Formats: sequence, structure tokens, C-alpha cells
Amino acid sequence: MQKISRDKLIKKASNLLNSGIVRCVLGWKRGEFDYDITPNVFTTEKELIDDFVWNDFCGANLSKYLVSKTQGVDGKILVFLKPCDTYSFNQLLTEHRFDRERAYVIAVPCEGMADINKIKQITNEGISSIEFNEDTLSISTLYNEEPIKIAYDRVLSERCLNCKSKKHVVYDELLGDDGEILESNRFDEVEKIEKMSSEERFEFWQGELSRCIRCNACRDVCPACTCEKCVFDNPESGVENKASANSFEEKLFHIIRAYHVAGRCTDCGECSRVCPQNIPLHLLNRKFIKDINEFYGEFQAGEKIGMRSPLIDYTTDDIEPNEAVNRRDS
Amino acid sequence: MVKFSCEKIDLVFAEIAKTAALYIPSNDKNNKAVFTKWQKGTKLCDSHNTQIGPKDLFFPQTEDLMAFKASNKKIEIIDTRKESEDFVIFGVRACDVKSLEILDRVFLSEPRDSYYAMRREHGIIISLACTRPSEACFCTTFGIAPSEPGADISVWKINNEFFWQANTKRGEELLLKIEHFTTPAEPSEVEGEKQRISVLMKRLPLANLSTNGFGKGKTNELFEREEWAKLSEACLGCGTCTFVCPTCQCYDIKDFNTGNGVIRYRCWDSCMYSDFTKMAHGNNRNTRKERFRQRFMHKLVYFPENNNGLFGCVGCGRCISKCPVSMNIVKVMKKLGGNV
Repeated sequence: MQKISRDKLIKKASNLLNSGIVRCVLGWKRGEFDYDITPNVFTTEKELIDDFVWNDFCGANLSKYLVSKTQGVDGKILVFLKPCDTYSFNQLLTEHRFDRERAYVIAVPCEGMADINKIKQITNEGISSIEFNEDTLSISTLYNEEPIKIAYDRVLSERCLNCKSKKHVVYDELLGDDGEILESNRFDEVEKIEKMSSEERFEFWQGELSRCIRCNACRDVCPACTCEKCVFDNPESGVENKASANSFEEKLFHIIRAYHVAGRCTDCGECSRVCPQNIPLHLLNRKFIKDINEFYGEFQAGEKIGMRSPLIDYTTDDIEPNEAVNRRDS
Repeated sequence: MVKFSCEKIDLVFAEIAKTAALYIPSNDKNNKAVFTKWQKGTKLCDSHNTQIGPKDLFFPQTEDLMAFKASNKKIEIIDTRKESEDFVIFGVRACDVKSLEILDRVFLSEPRDSYYAMRREHGIIISLACTRPSEACFCTTFGIAPSEPGADISVWKINNEFFWQANTKRGEELLLKIEHFTTPAEPSEVEGEKQRISVLMKRLPLANLSTNGFGKGKTNELFEREEWAKLSEACLGCGTCTFVCPTCQCYDIKDFNTGNGVIRYRCWDSCMYSDFTKMAHGNNRNTRKERFRQRFMHKLVYFPENNNGLFGCVGCGRCISKCPVSMNIVKVMKKLGGNV
């Protein structure tokens, strides 16, 4: 359960709106059920009171919306950012994707977000309401007389179980107390895959990526994917494709995307959250992050505005290319 | 109507699979129901809300249409069509059965799509009445009764028994093949279950969603509504809703240069994509709002306009479960239609 209350966020946003410091508020809007939130721009206090939500289903990272929502308008837009979202915010600024002066960042401490897929594995379909208690989620369904109580840690999303930081790396105002950068186990899965034989590894990724339907949700949600025209959408690029012609091509899209965001991916985990086919896409990005850490020293994209990624920087200490090859072969 | 106990289902599947490829809803490694080609050991899963409908068995995501080969300044056109194998799909929900009727309107009207038609001719559909609809289900909004799932054979699962009712000649022939596993049953034996499902549907959270305000003749009224801007604001422009949709049928045709020839293929396209229906003069929908509006206007206004009032949505709920930003047709209908 989130420690900061919805009311506190609404009060803060309303004050800033009413005093004219911000012209609108980028936040999360309630949906039809208790878990289907939609990113939304609120312009009045009434809209906030009616529809704003802050709960364990506010996983959506709002930072990428700033690219479009700050364009062509005057004034500031208030944005609520969780710790992991602030890394994306900084990375976008590093890449000059929007004007810092147009955003007013309210940092919201986060206790981790729930994964509705994990919940449905326990409750099955037919959820009629969700209550947030101190230690448990209380899920009522159309098919159970009594609500099903589930401890939060059973349904935390993977990225939150392996949270890398509870610290906000940027904000204008902080609500509550800031956290710390954490020691996470986020590379454990990558290590498992590294230890596979190349045949096993190929089979693993074949199994995962063959489910891809090329909806591009991973790319479209990704804060590192802000090209105005993606090569895969551009008929002039020569590589445009809307569907994989064969099993080789389906890997191509994801591998190219992983390379393109290498050194820029902050590991926010949105790609895996939105994948309708439940492909663990974040593992591709984490492999790159792990390699960068090992080859060039610890590097966290988005930690500071203006940081140069080791992949676009040169120092005399950089490893030689053959070291990477030797490492792979050993 | 015939019946048999649930323990016999694997034997029945094995019998059907002797003469046709059989697809059933089975859990993948993430515990998600997916239409899976049956082989010994493939288990029917409890939840038959499959991730994606049976659309791609009739209209695959990619499919070769023809090939061209150039030699001596002549172009040879090669027909790459192959006769489809006979296949049977078991466990199709009423909404997905209805979705095929919608696809038929598009692909089987003149000019008939021979690729789709061939698969329709070779495919037998065994439906299954819903036992546990999801909170995202709203098929009844479009007049669909999940208690009467239809298709070649209707199936009800009641306690420990399956009841199979043939609705077509093909269905009757298939029932004959599994005759030695079944005993005769009376339609009255499934009445209670039909009642139970009908009552259940009324309790679903979206049960009161209405199509008021949509349908034939509503284009002018809805097209310029200012709410489209707000509704489309969060949309990422990905193709998830269109690709998990059992009725979305738009495709693109592309040429793949093989070096000494061309393979012309088609693949699913999405009206959410920026180059959808791009023409020589450019694109006729340049903004996210226009593309977003197109999808819902197509399902709720243009399709019924051209098909005697038949809506292009079956209320399967997949777009609701899968949209990365939880923006969907229900929210659009509530905002723009006559819903409270």
C-alpha cells in the first residue's frame, strides 16, 4: 500500500494549479475497475477530486508524455514522478527532448506497484473490486463469496521486487521522505541466461520472442524511444516492417531496439509491463546494463542530467573490443 | 445433443485429431490461455478466455499472396496458395464465434478473399458456453448470448459433463466420429446452465453498457465531437488493441525483394500506426486523435452503416485487459454515447 495518500497529492496539485504556478497536472486517472488507470492531464481542481488516483496500480511512467505535452504551450506542467520515473525524466532532459522549465516535478515516494497479471493468477478473472489495506489487497470477485486477501509482496511487479532505487534523482518538491539507492538482485535473471549454452539461450529467446505480435507497445511506451519517426515505421528506411516475415525477423526488431536504447535505458521496466504477450523484454536491456557496468564501471542512465553514457564517450581506460569477445568465449 | 464425462475429453480430442488438426485453449508457460495445436498431452485449461481469439487461424498475421519471378524481360506470376488442411477449433467463446461472422462480411463479400475463404471452408468451429466471464466482458451489449455460443457445434460444460449440440451438417458429421464416447442427451439438461449464465451476465460490471448513440447514420453527430481530443490523449499509438481484437481485419500488402524475384505478402495493419493507408498524396490521418477516432468510428458507426446495423465489436474485453494505458472502447462509448 502506498504511504502517501491520494488526498495529499490532490491538495498539492490543486494549490499549485489555483495559484497559477502550473497550468495543468499530469497524473493518473481512475478507470472502469479499480486497477485500470490511464495517464491523464488534469486542468481543474474538480477534475482532480473526481478522477485522480494514487494507488498500487499507478505503474505508468509519466515522464515520456512531457515530450508532447510541453510542446507549443506556455506555462508549467506539474508531473508526479515515482523514484524510477525520475531517471527517465533526467535521461529525456539529457537528450534534450523537452524544456526543463516547462515541468514542475513532484516526487512521490513509492512502495512498489502491483502487477494485475499476478493478481489474476491468484483470483482468476471476474474482479469486481479491490480494497487497499495496510498489509494486504482485498480482492472481491463475482465468483467468491468472501474477498480474497493477498499480501502485497506476492503480487508486486517484477521490476518492483528488484527495485534499484527509492531515491528521486530530480524534483522541484518532494512529498514525504526520500529513499535510498538500493542493492537489488535485478541482474540475477540475466546471469541465469548468461550461464545457458548458446543453444539453450537461443531456444529461450526463440520461445519468448516468437509470441511477439509486433504491436510496438514496448517501443511506444519506452522513454528512451522518442525518435520522431522510428525506422520500423518509415517506409523510406528500407527496414520498415509491420510484422515479422519469419522467425528471424521477429528477433531482429527486439535486438535492434535493445541496441538502440543501450546506455540510455534506465531500466524503468515499462516495456515488460505493457507487453500484451508477457515477454520479459527488460532482460535484454538489463544484459546491456550489466555489460556496461562490467566493462566501463557502474553506470546508471538518468542518474544526473547531462551524463555521458560510456557507449558514446571515450576514455583511455575503455576496454579493448577483443576483451569483450574473449570474455564471451570463455 | 450428446454428452460425455469430462474425463473422456482427451480421448475425444485424440479421435478428432486423427482426421484434422485440432486447436484447443491451453495454458502457455505463463499460465495464459492460448489456442494451441493439440497433441498427446496438451491439456484443456479451465479458463478459456484466450489471450488472442481464433482470428489468425483464418487470417494469419502474415501470409504470402503470390510471387513474381523475372527472367528474360518477362514477369512470371506464381500462385503460392496451398490447399488448407482440415482443422477443428474447440473452445471458441460466443463473442469469438460472432467475430467470425463480422470477418465473413469483409472477406467473403465480393470480391471474395480466396485465402480466407479456403480456411473457412476447411475449419470446423466448436464453441463453448462461458462458465466464468471476466469483468471486462460486455458481449451482451452487442446482443450476443454466451449461453448459446453457436457455430458448428455448441458445447456446455456442466459439472463433470460436456454437452455437445450440432448446429450444422459439418457439426453432425463430427459428432458421428466421436459417437462411441457419447450418450444421447436432452436439450433440457442444459437449460439450467443457460439460465445461470444469463443471470451471471447481468451481474457483470459492464452489463448495462449500451450502444445508444452509435450505429448507422451517426457519423456527422460523432465525428467532430470535442471529446475525441481528451479520449485520445493518453493513447501510445501502439497496435495492441487492433492485434488482440478478434474483429480488426485491416491489412497491408507488401513486396519482399528476394534478389531474383518478389514475394507479395500481406500482414495485419493497425489504424493506430502512422503510415496506415498512406497513399501517394500522403496520409489522410496525420494526428493521433484522427487515428484513434478512426478505430472506434469504424467499429461503432462505419461498420454498422455498411452492414445493416451490425456493430464491428463483440465485447470480448481483450482490448480492455491489454491496452497499456487502459483506454478502450468502453470508455469511448460511455463518454460519447447515451450511457450514464
